[in-house]
Amino acid sequence: MSGAATAVAAGRRASAGAFLREKSKDPNAIAYTAMLTAAVLFAPVAQFVTGGNGDYLVSQAADCGVYVLLAIGLNVVVGFAGLLDLGYAAFFAIGAYTYGMLASNQLVSSPIGHGIHIPFWIALFIAMFVAAGAGALLGAPTLRLRGDYLAIVTLGFGEIVPRFFRNLGTLTGGVNGISALDAPRLPFWLDGPWVGGGTLGVSTDFRFTSGNPTAFYVLMILLLLGCVLLVNNLFASRLGRAWMAVREDEVAAAAMGVNTVNIKLLAFGIGAAFSGFAGAFYGAKLAIVSPENFGFVVSVTILAMVVLGGMGNIPGAMIGAIVLYFVLFKFLPDAPQQAIGISKSLGLDFLVTPTPNWPGIGEEISRMKFLLFGLILVLIMLLRPQGLLPSQVRKDEFTRGTAADTVYDLETT
Amino acid sequence: MAAPDGLALQVRAVTKRFGGLVAVDAVSFDVKAGEVFALIGPNGAGKTTLFNCVTGLFPPTEGGVIFEGRDIAGSKPHQVAGLGIARTFQNIRLFEYMSALDNVRVGQHVRMKAKLWDALFTTPKARREEARVTATARELLDFVGIGRHADSYARNLAYGQQRRLEIARALATRPRLLLLDEPAAGFNPQEKVELMGLVQKIIGQGITVFLIEHDMKVVMGASQRIAVLDHGEKIAEGSPEEVRRNPRVIEAYLGKSA
Repeated sequence: MSGAATAVAAGRRASAGAFLREKSKDPNAIAYTAMLTAAVLFAPVAQFVTGGNGDYLVSQAADCGVYVLLAIGLNVVVGFAGLLDLGYAAFFAIGAYTYGMLASNQLVSSPIGHGIHIPFWIALFIAMFVAAGAGALLGAPTLRLRGDYLAIVTLGFGEIVPRFFRNLGTLTGGVNGISALDAPRLPFWLDGPWVGGGTLGVSTDFRFTSGNPTAFYVLMILLLLGCVLLVNNLFASRLGRAWMAVREDEVAAAAMGVNTVNIKLLAFGIGAAFSGFAGAFYGAKLAIVSPENFGFVVSVTILAMVVLGGMGNIPGAMIGAIVLYFVLFKFLPDAPQQAIGISKSLGLDFLVTPTPNWPGIGEEISRMKFLLFGLILVLIMLLRPQGLLPSQVRKDEFTRGTAADTVYDLETT
Repeated sequence: MAAPDGLALQVRAVTKRFGGLVAVDAVSFDVKAGEVFALIGPNGAGKTTLFNCVTGLFPPTEGGVIFEGRDIAGSKPHQVAGLGIARTFQNIRLFEYMSALDNVRVGQHVRMKAKLWDALFTTPKARREEARVTATARELLDFVGIGRHADSYARNLAYGQQRRLEIARALATRPRLLLLDEPAAGFNPQEKVELMGLVQKIIGQGITVFLIEHDMKVVMGASQRIAVLDHGEKIAEGSPEEVRRNPRVIEAYLGKSA
């Protein structure tokens, strides 16, 4: 009896060991573990290292999470279904504006006449559905287009939406956007050392404010956890397989019974849903939405994150987002100061002082910021064309070369 | 499940024009349930175009396509697949960077019921369905004789195995009518014999087979009835014996004697 129990326990141990051994070879499992560990440790470590002044870093990390969320969403569209979307920021804007209009006093001055204040937790899902609906609405007439044509249409959509919001007058606050958005609220909150220097305790009627970025950070991590789980499930499902099939060969997929228009529409809608989440969070955290925040550059940045990280691979897109966010919003802005510091510590003070022919190294580097950004992008793509963490398929495509072009016997319209 | 008149497919005066070019010109024939029906003809005779009209890849310009008593002309490819017609392609069109198993699992897409909700949350229903689909896919791979290669990318399979995988993928849609577009193209005589064995096995499952073939010998041995296309027109129809002796067929294949 006890022998059998021991054997069972040993068997379980062995299989757990085998499971761990197998997982330790899977780059995706490693990436997920590393990201989760980093996410949990980031806030306390940032506070500890800066001696309790880490709020700024935590706030930036939460903003980075917005981009990670956007990259996960765009990866569904571009990576899974193979639809090039150059206007993804439009859905981000729709999510943010939905939250802005539903959770502020903006509508007081509009024809509607009174402000709407829907709690964040509900508005988050409303924003998701509105963005997904917009995705479906845009997709319905355009997803019959292929490749480059679709890219151009989405590009147009990405330009139209922010302009639309800018010109909607009192409904959206025009150029100024919507300000004083409601902060998310919770009936209670656990205080502790993770909040800049706080002590352990429970506070009631907690409000997420800019003074407490840790709350937003935790919220973002939870949001990401949920989204990653869902999108992984989706990828392994019947729908994920159909997306792959459509990406590989649309005609064959259709002949096998996949409704290609619907399945592409679904990819578009789900991708948009994620950016709806991201938009609502972004609006709540910033407490302001303005049409300037959703331009073409945002769309392209997110696309670059997905491509750079590894199209079609969820942790790849996430890592791409983190790396690019770091380069764009931390490394490059800090570079001039860093360069001055390094020059001084090397005793090269002459580099720092401006002369009529030399603006000083700090100024010089800040002028070259986007040159550096371009160089970094080019270097990463040259060194790892398949992306930082590619999917198995993409890795194989790159290492084994692509198949000779098939001469198709027909093209559907 | 076949129509009461025992006809699996009726092609009624189907015409397909591309601009000024008439690829298929008022072609009519019937495919009886449970038989192997072959469509033959020289290159460019319009055989594949006719297949495409039947499977909805493009609608016929004129005419009707009646499957089990229902007019399906102009239906979309996925609707046609859903109704029970599956096909393979002349130039193999597999999902190259998906495993053989996944190729066949995509084939079952149209028979699966998991909705977005099930997919997002991997509900027990979706999990059961997935397990069932995987088991069926393995059975089908075994059925066509490439069970050992379930986990290889489709593109890494040998040519003959790719053709078999296409058939397995088509069978995965649970068709009652299977359209094979030159299934033996590029095969050596031994492989052709094996393929015809496979076609017999498929017939044994109660599936009607409608195939395009170039090689007269293969067709003569394997099919009950044959239609011959030339320049988009049907020039003959009948048993292999009748077709073989038909002077117009001989002329189309061998050229007019001087």
